[in-house]
Amino acid sequence: MARRFEALRAAGRGGLVTFVTAGDPDLDSSAALLRQLPSVGADVIELGMPFSDPMADGPAIQASSQRALAAGMTLAKTLAMVGTFREGDDKTPVILMGYFNPIYQYGSQNFVEDAVAAGVDGLIIVDLPPEEDDELCHPAMTAGLHWIRLVTPTTDDRRMPTVLKNTSGFVYYVSIAGITGTRSASADVIRPALRRLNQHTDLPVAVGFGIRTPEQVGEVVNDADAAVVGSALVREIERNLDDQGNATQGMVDQVLKRVQGLSAALSN
Amino acid sequence: MVSVKSMKPETYRSGPDESGHFGIFGGRFVAETLMPLILSVEEAYTAARQDPEFQRDFDYYAKHYIGRPSPLYFAQSLTRELGGARIYFKRDELNHTGAHKINNTLGQILLARRMGKKRIIAETGAGQHGVATATVCALFDLPCVVYMGDTDIERQSPNVFRMKLLGAEVVPVASGTATLKDAMNEALRDWVANVEDTFYIIGTVAGPHPYPAMVRDFQSVIGREVKKQIVEAEGQLPDTLVACIGGGSNAMGLFHPFLDDDVRMIGVEAAGHGIATGQHAASLTGGRPGVLHGNRTYLLQNEDGQITDAHSISAGLDYPGIGPEHSWLHEMGRVEYVSITDQEALDAFKTCCRTEGIIPALEPAHALAHVEKIAGPMDRDQIIVMNMCGRGDKDVFTVADALGTKL
Repeated sequence: MARRFEALRAAGRGGLVTFVTAGDPDLDSSAALLRQLPSVGADVIELGMPFSDPMADGPAIQASSQRALAAGMTLAKTLAMVGTFREGDDKTPVILMGYFNPIYQYGSQNFVEDAVAAGVDGLIIVDLPPEEDDELCHPAMTAGLHWIRLVTPTTDDRRMPTVLKNTSGFVYYVSIAGITGTRSASADVIRPALRRLNQHTDLPVAVGFGIRTPEQVGEVVNDADAAVVGSALVREIERNLDDQGNATQGMVDQVLKRVQGLSAALSN
Repeated sequence: MVSVKSMKPETYRSGPDESGHFGIFGGRFVAETLMPLILSVEEAYTAARQDPEFQRDFDYYAKHYIGRPSPLYFAQSLTRELGGARIYFKRDELNHTGAHKINNTLGQILLARRMGKKRIIAETGAGQHGVATATVCALFDLPCVVYMGDTDIERQSPNVFRMKLLGAEVVPVASGTATLKDAMNEALRDWVANVEDTFYIIGTVAGPHPYPAMVRDFQSVIGREVKKQIVEAEGQLPDTLVACIGGGSNAMGLFHPFLDDDVRMIGVEAAGHGIATGQHAASLTGGRPGVLHGNRTYLLQNEDGQITDAHSISAGLDYPGIGPEHSWLHEMGRVEYVSITDQEALDAFKTCCRTEGIIPALEPAHALAHVEKIAGPMDRDQIIVMNMCGRGDKDVFTVADALGTKL
């Protein structure tokens, strides 16, 4: 992961982090999508581990979690999906994003070992703040996984060191106080926030929440190392389902095309 | 695993620890956006509870607005009919708004005012907490938004109308199973998006620290009153306390002042159609520890850690979790937890109407059903106190439906 961000910095190019939920809308389509994401410009892959009660997510990602769970997705199958992806791609960093309970049921130590074995590079666990670092952060970092923490508009200077202490790989700056896929923040708001963040850390910074268009992606990377796009891709999946909720023939290609459009904004 | 039951603590009343844990339960499992806010609520509450003026305000409104202390009533007919222990009802259903919920909303809105918050949000299942929140918001002139699952809106329509009359906005929640847990998810999402000006009044002894302890403290007025009233009435402490449990706030409020006394305590969960059917809301009996809504506690969930649907005829008990302090008391063996089915609760509901002239809410009807099971074999000089935590006006449609009567 460090290498990926170094390369991006060396090339003077911003990065694109793409989020999709593992198993959405079904296991095969999801695996096919995952496999092809790097070829259309995904620099880092963020893969959602579906959860029944995603309290930090908006309607789009809630629905994608529900679709994945209905299709039979489990945490074990998510790890297996990463393992299969790794057989064809040993370079693109893969970050798992989700909520703690499924991991807690799997067993934190078991999960960390299996994630490393599958080729996972890092974790974003929304409901594990620094106050609960013993649960998973410490075992994960000991095993060599990156622990990527969210910094938000409400993280003040007093709290910033606490949040950054056990953060590695990159920092995920949440551009709005809110849930995924809803409002967007403008560059005038994000820029001073990132300046404040950069005073506290040398880690690469990716900005997410509310970023959906190539223009927004292009704008964000003026001030950050990478942009994260999630709900917009998940909505593209949703748009390409038939009446029964099954993936249509062109679903994967439509999503890839969307990613390509976002990535193009970075090479200009 | 080492049995925790072997490690009896000096007191059961000192929790939670500084990081908000009761043993392994509790904690602060929330998104970073909320953390600074959670910490500020904790700081404000710690200051408030040491401030005599805050306590004076609480006592004033508890007495003149809620109508506290609520009576401790000797249920003579039921005692005679069951032929065993002397049964007392703690009449929290006589509170303003008809349930114990307002004890907590009063405490929290006083705290919200102290913190200078301008907007109140809440989740509700049966609608009792929503009504209690809307009520104190009207009293103190603060805008109020209540999240409520579609399923609950349908089965608790009188309470929806009451909330609207009181000036609250009721937001229907269609996600998930459209019940209490989904309403709580949605309230948390609102809070994340409105951290600056909004205070979230959580309705039960769950959620991230400090909520479980704070809600317990506000509800403990129930147990403190009982302790005084039963000594006045009987010259001794009760043998057994019984209370129903959804999230567990009325039970925690009754039990907590007695935890270090020689008193048996029984929490009654909702067994719905029966534990074996899988359609129930008994987290301790039929669940296992997990993390949801900011705390670690017993949850109904599948093998993969996905939260499963709870079922109970009583909307107020229809929650797949339970307060973390109950999980701890369960593992310590200090409180016994049992369960009562929909049918048993309905039967107790009818018995209560007939023998005592009290129409109970379906929630305490669960507690009453268990009282009926244990009172008979007990000695006639033994004492049971049951928390009659809500009145049944809101449930008459549900009960009529269950009894096949068309209104």
